[in-house]
Amino acid sequence: MSLLYVSIANRLLTYLRILVLQGFILFGVTYLTLTHINTANLIFIMLETIVFKAIAVPYFINHVIKRNGITREAEPYLPNFVSLIIVTLIFVATIILSNSIKDTNLDKTYFVVALSTLFTGLYLIVSRKKIITHVIGYLIIENGVFILSLAVGNEMPVLVNMGIMLDIFASVLILGVFFNKIGDVLKNPDVNLLRNLKD
Amino acid sequence: MIIGIFLIGTLLISGGLFFNRNTVVNYSFLVIYLALLWSFCIHELGVINSTQLEFFKPDSLGILLLLTIGVVSIPALWHGYRYIATHEENPKSRGLFFTAMVILISACAVAYISNHIAVIWIFTEITTLSASALIYHHRNIRALEGVWKYVFICAISITFIYIGILFLSLSIKQAGIEDLSFDSLYANASTLNPFWLKLSFLFIFTGFTAKLGLIPMYTAGIDAKDKAPAPAGALLASVLMNVGFVGIFRFYAVIARTPLLPWANTIMIVAAVLSVFVATVYMTRIKNIKRMFAYSGIEHMGLVILGLAAGGIGTYAAILHIVLHSFVKPSLFFQFNQIYRVYQSKSIYDVGNYFKYNKAGAIAILLGFISATAMPPSGLFISEFLIFQSLFEAHYIIILLLVLILLTMIIWGFGSNIFKLLFTPPMQIDETQIPRISPWESLSQYLLLGLAVYLAYAPPALFVTLLQDAVKLIP
Repeated sequence: MSLLYVSIANRLLTYLRILVLQGFILFGVTYLTLTHINTANLIFIMLETIVFKAIAVPYFINHVIKRNGITREAEPYLPNFVSLIIVTLIFVATIILSNSIKDTNLDKTYFVVALSTLFTGLYLIVSRKKIITHVIGYLIIENGVFILSLAVGNEMPVLVNMGIMLDIFASVLILGVFFNKIGDVLKNPDVNLLRNLKD
Repeated sequence: MIIGIFLIGTLLISGGLFFNRNTVVNYSFLVIYLALLWSFCIHELGVINSTQLEFFKPDSLGILLLLTIGVVSIPALWHGYRYIATHEENPKSRGLFFTAMVILISACAVAYISNHIAVIWIFTEITTLSASALIYHHRNIRALEGVWKYVFICAISITFIYIGILFLSLSIKQAGIEDLSFDSLYANASTLNPFWLKLSFLFIFTGFTAKLGLIPMYTAGIDAKDKAPAPAGALLASVLMNVGFVGIFRFYAVIARTPLLPWANTIMIVAAVLSVFVATVYMTRIKNIKRMFAYSGIEHMGLVILGLAAGGIGTYAAILHIVLHSFVKPSLFFQFNQIYRVYQSKSIYDVGNYFKYNKAGAIAILLGFISATAMPPSGLFISEFLIFQSLFEAHYIIILLLVLILLTMIIWGFGSNIFKLLFTPPMQIDETQIPRISPWESLSQYLLLGLAVYLAYAPPALFVTLLQDAVKLIP
């Protein structure tokens, strides 16, 4: 559901709320899914989802938006209605795709949700102008990947931990180091300004 | 055990480099690091094919690339020293530069010999981190743009590799194994679920192309090599590409043990031919010398993957090619730094008559050009010739013809720029401003180019044995 909303959302603050919402949903899903792994690991994973995905990263992005005075419009390239249609198409396509897979090892719900989140994130990246929305799109992709890792998480908790590493890595790298600097060097955070490197 | 010592040593040295402000102490740290790196290489050569710390196993391919990084890192650090000295950097940015170099070299070195796909993945992440610090060295808006694109595309590719690993874990679940190390994957390749394996190959291949520099993720690397200081660009254009190669090679070796091999070959050939094509398009019209070198790397990686996909003698040629390329390309990047010091520009319109200003450097550029375009005295000629032979034997005649035509155009584009740089008088240049550059600074380029020729025409027995063992990884 939140994905449909993200496709038509216009204001950056809405994106952040969606990220927070997804963080909490993931927190719940983690608790319900990972029943077979040991408690310490479960607590660690759940702590990570709630702290990183739902609180720290959205808060940080909010901070960046305020500090750099980014306008609140999301500035999509396409009208909202088209976005809505495209995201719906992504949903339908992933459902059809997952029904064509005959494999008992995989829970289809996770697969559908994960893939559609992933593609919606990619779509967000290509269809929005601002750098900060690219970052949000990337974070949505990560949420999708996290769901996918939960699908195999009971047998291989190592993989979920790896996913968390990826999370922390990306958050630290993309947000922590550079976005502060981008604000300093670049007063207008429009992706079109980063177009000088070409041949 | 030794790997642990090596990693801890790297951490200590990089920490020392980062926090220390004293010039002499800093450079002695670098010398200690090189000694550590080389003793690590030699030790791993001694314990070849033994599993260490559970996740690492230096097989012959790993050892070959490890020795390569050992050779390349000496001139890279030395040119890094020259670079910092001529730019009069403050101690803080110098410390960060060398810290990032040291971490990058170590992460690449360990990634070569890891025997577990997740471990390669982790070290690939670390290379992204350290490379981005190097690209952002100059802290201006262009560098920021380069580093932003690099980080973003690498982050997406790393996510792709992770998705690939997840699919792989689904695939091995059906086979009833739980071990993701390459040894166990090789042993159980035939029992893996082909559907998930296919998906997994697609994602992992796409993810590693960001490091290797192929279609579709090659774009990040070009900006990175352009914006990073030339000694760092040399590392990004050689040893870091080898990390991508190792990732793809090891996973391809799993695929090669399954019936999916022809399918994977098709994908790789498509990606490789498109890469050579893209390189041709840019090389024939490019005006920025450093980016031209970077695109030349795209072309070579396309050829390597073609050789790998063609199989037979092609595998041997691909590994030979990637080793020799890691000697040739850095020498061009090292020399570029001196060109920049003469003309203060990267554009082909501002340079010219290089023979007049730096004879030794001009000869190094000429030899580098001959090597990089694989003309006969060069070592790459042998490996490229073998790749073409393997394509011919595998009956990819049309692809062979196409690639040959594209390569001819690349030589034309490359050559016209290089000869403009070497012989045509520049439009306007103030000759009093030009610094004198010691011919000794070109020595390492000669040595690297000479090494590439030597290894191709009169290879030592150890080198041949390692190469042949590495080929056997693919059945």
